[in-house]
Amino acid sequence: MNGPQDLGGQMGFGPIAPELDEPYFHADWEKRALGLTLAAGAMGHWTIDESRHARESLHPADYYSSSYYEIWTRALEDLLARHGFVTPEELQQGRVLGAGSTPKRVLKAGDVADALSRGGPCDRPIEAPPRFKVGDRVRTRNFHPSGHTRLPRYARGKIGTIEADRGGFVFPDSNAHGSGEAPQRVYTVVFSGTELWGEGSDPALTVSIDAWESHLEPGE
Amino acid sequence: MTARVRALETILTQKGLVDPAAIDAIVDTYENKVGPRNGAHVVAKAWSEPAFADWLRKDATAAIASLGYTGRQGEHMQVVFNTAETHNLVVCTLCSCYPWSVLGLPPVWYKSPPYRSRAVIDPRGVLAEFGLTLPQDRQIRVWDSTAELRYLVVPERPDGTEGWPEERLMRLVTRDSMIGTGLALAAEAT
Repeated sequence: MNGPQDLGGQMGFGPIAPELDEPYFHADWEKRALGLTLAAGAMGHWTIDESRHARESLHPADYYSSSYYEIWTRALEDLLARHGFVTPEELQQGRVLGAGSTPKRVLKAGDVADALSRGGPCDRPIEAPPRFKVGDRVRTRNFHPSGHTRLPRYARGKIGTIEADRGGFVFPDSNAHGSGEAPQRVYTVVFSGTELWGEGSDPALTVSIDAWESHLEPGE
Repeated sequence: MTARVRALETILTQKGLVDPAAIDAIVDTYENKVGPRNGAHVVAKAWSEPAFADWLRKDATAAIASLGYTGRQGEHMQVVFNTAETHNLVVCTLCSCYPWSVLGLPPVWYKSPPYRSRAVIDPRGVLAEFGLTLPQDRQIRVWDSTAELRYLVVPERPDGTEGWPEERLMRLVTRDSMIGTGLALAAEAT
């Protein structure tokens, strides 16, 4: 979706202002927000793609005025409500009012180290032969889906070159909406700065994205 | 947010959906165990051992796993090497994708709109704000982490470090140099 998350090339957000010797957390609630997001995700009722879509579905005014752990927390509340684990009233009142969905599993402290070091690989075997090979010119699709996609707006309808074939991966556009993993091949596609940004762009700039096969057409 | 997150944790705990001790363990992992020292180890070894650098080019996930660094947000690693011709810079314009297994949790600026919006259109301006000015003819390659591949930059090895052991080299490898918003420190820095 053309949501607030799609930031590449936007202007007006000001300087970057890196913080010297930045701590991992700026408040205790951020620690709990991180832990809650990961522990609730470990129940297994939504995917990373659905989580990302919940975050980018926040109202743009909320998205831009929130820190990243706030964005995570708001999206987590939405996911928990959507999947029947909590009600908006419970979140409003800050207390349990009734039973909700039963989790598939609950992450226990003793299992955290294994779960984190295992991670959640998203590569999948692909039977179909690759449609593109390294060196091919491709054009990215020019589309504006209302659902989740990982093709950023600044790289839509652009001519690029296939730099690498990364193999099969879960397709977020499908997986974010509960429509299955529908794996596709992912390619690293590189564009010149001029192709992306036109007049006045840095002649020594190239930018790459990792794109799913159905987002690409043969280039001319 | 303190009250809001506390209320959420209370509700989820009372419903038996999360274990507060598991949250403690997650926080402890990312506060104390996983951080950019892991990535610095990878870089120092790549500088020291050409065979390891080649392995990183061919199968970074396996090469990095051989040092014990695996897991969440590092399942599919790619390593890119700075050269005299090309400087690499990593961003996630769409969210906050970052190689946790080798760099730990990302800094706030990496997840925030100024960096995410500008890294792909004005990388030189971005680098200048980090105090880094590259020659005009230095190619800049920006890697936008739009899929599940996670990128680690190997900065150029500083002059005057020939024969240094890995432990000493690691001290020159900053977090920012592995994102591409900095260079490795000069040899005199240690």
